[in-house]
Amino acid sequence: MIKKFLKLFSNNVFLFTVISIFLGLFIGAIILLAAGFNPLQAYGVMLQGIFGKPKYLSYVIIRSTPLILTGLSIAFAFRTGLFNIGAEGQYIIGSTVAVVVGYFIHLPAILHIPLVIICALIASGFWGGITGFFKARFGVNEVISTIMLNWVALYLQNFLIYTPGFQKPGGEVSYAIQPTASITFLDKWKRSEEGIAWLLDHPFWRDLFKTPINWGFLIAIAVAVLVWFILKHTTLGYRLRAVGFNLYAAEYGGINVKKNMVISMTIAGALSGLAGALQVMGVSHQISLLAAMEGYGFDGIAVSLIGNSTPIGCVFSGLLFGGLKYGGPKMQPAMGAPSEIINIVIGIIVFFIAIPQVIRLILEFGKRKKAEKV
Amino acid sequence: MLHNIALILGTTLMYSTPLIYTALGGVISENSGVVNIGLEGMMVVGAFAGAAVGYFTGNPWIAFMAAGIAGGLFGLLHAIACVTFHADQIVSGIAINFLGPGISLFLSRILFDGATMTRSIDLNNKMPRILNSIFPNENILIEKGYEGTRLFFMNFMNLFLGNRYATVYMAFILVFIVWFVLYKTKLGLRIRAVGEHPKAADTLGVNVAKTRYLAVITSGVFSGFGGAAMSLAIVSNFRPTLISGHGFIALAAMIFGKWKPQGALLACLLFGSAQGLTVFLGQFDFNVSSSILSMLPYILTLVILISFVGKSVAPAADGIPYKK
Repeated sequence: MIKKFLKLFSNNVFLFTVISIFLGLFIGAIILLAAGFNPLQAYGVMLQGIFGKPKYLSYVIIRSTPLILTGLSIAFAFRTGLFNIGAEGQYIIGSTVAVVVGYFIHLPAILHIPLVIICALIASGFWGGITGFFKARFGVNEVISTIMLNWVALYLQNFLIYTPGFQKPGGEVSYAIQPTASITFLDKWKRSEEGIAWLLDHPFWRDLFKTPINWGFLIAIAVAVLVWFILKHTTLGYRLRAVGFNLYAAEYGGINVKKNMVISMTIAGALSGLAGALQVMGVSHQISLLAAMEGYGFDGIAVSLIGNSTPIGCVFSGLLFGGLKYGGPKMQPAMGAPSEIINIVIGIIVFFIAIPQVIRLILEFGKRKKAEKV
Repeated sequence: MLHNIALILGTTLMYSTPLIYTALGGVISENSGVVNIGLEGMMVVGAFAGAAVGYFTGNPWIAFMAAGIAGGLFGLLHAIACVTFHADQIVSGIAINFLGPGISLFLSRILFDGATMTRSIDLNNKMPRILNSIFPNENILIEKGYEGTRLFFMNFMNLFLGNRYATVYMAFILVFIVWFVLYKTKLGLRIRAVGEHPKAADTLGVNVAKTRYLAVITSGVFSGFGGAAMSLAIVSNFRPTLISGHGFIALAAMIFGKWKPQGALLACLLFGSAQGLTVFLGQFDFNVSSSILSMLPYILTLVILISFVGKSVAPAADGIPYKK
């Protein structure tokens, strides 16, 4: 076990990621200091805001769930050599379809929940697949087609919101999904008299259940394991990785490159769509008019990069991201430090991940110094 | 009717402008072989610097330059990562897309008492409408004694061109300059050579690193201008949602335009027309079709891409770090 851990640690990529995160926080601290704030206090407030109460941890997990999935989506496409900027749009399609199916269809929960998820997966998988198909059949650059499809998805959602019978009167939001489509933990029970009475006696659980804690996170973890399995242990995964590793070699080896591009983007789309669906089913229960992109897809890119495009990495970097995004803004009311420092920190982390060479230089410099002393 | 067409054309020009600057930045950077996904972040920085400096100095030109410098600094950062340290260019670009808004909002909170929105620039200190004196608006025309067809023509020109900010004309001039530099000068040849085959260029004595630095920094400067064209002309302040995806649309326009300045211009006009139409129809208060309408240019782009344009081919060495 310890050996395994050491092996993991000596693994360059992992080490570099840890160093990048450290450098990001360190430079963030310098910036805070330069702006006249005490960085230790600021990070203390943030950590307190993440770990201080069960409620906070629960919110961090809720925040992380969609990011883990969009991160996985982007990582999956990356492995096939495709850059999926379209996670944003696929997320929108997933959440929109989830609300439509969750609101209009009445079924018992045991059927309703899977139906909502499956419909969202199909729709967003199709949405992602379009990009793969355009690339394979017409040679359309996936970066441009996904950017276009993001906007189409955004306006599609805005169009649907105004549909009579779907728009909740008096607001620019849709109706909420039926309770049978909700995956929030014990949604009904915790609002029942019995539930309220029980929670009153159990402060830990009361605190935890104040949040819309739901099955989403566990599903995301399961999906991460599934993605890892597909990539590592199936022929499909082998083919996809081969296409990403060397397109021409893969083709020479008899792999149908075009087909695999479509498959890869379809799966990537479905993963982002699942993020949207789970968010609707577990947290928001409805969709609202979008004035701008919400950023789950773009944050997912960073999650995937910090996670080195591996499924397990995405889970951890998703949690890191969720923690920073939830805990960070608490600096603002507590001490007036701009919470945007979090985006700066994330930017710096990603920046250092882009330039492993610099970290290598720093490490080598350190080693040389040590050698000189001896 | 014609009056409305002039209005739509005019608004199209207005909304295309920020995209044109930024897309030109993309054109220069990618022709030198450096992918720049960070256009969005650089645009945000430019928009903030323009709005903040514009507010404090009251001079739109100093503000515009400041926006260019701010964007250029982020271009420099991207260049250091991509050229000197052979970074993965997409990853570095993504980092800039986090850093740009992060630093802008951070500074905004410090400079503007904790607000993420900068205070509005005095309307007299926005970008001037330099052709407004040649094509004044209807009331002044009537005062001056214009009538009939001449009044009609002059009014058309006012709505189409006269009522536009200086940034609009400058964007078109810049398209020409970039085209000229890229295709008619030694420097342009070098930039393109470095983007197509850096090794060959290196062998012939072109300094690959220096050329790429120049191109990437310029791309940052142009993106900064693009942001300022938003915050100094179209609106008069900076806010978090001001630049939301414009940089990515400019990126798409650049690819759509096949990495050429003139192509990027046309693509930007297409995207600008969508916003122009939406704004125009927004006056009539029917929300439903405005969503569908806003969607159209993006669908149209996809249709054009799959039916006419075909394979878009980037410069051969685009995205590949050059190691001697």
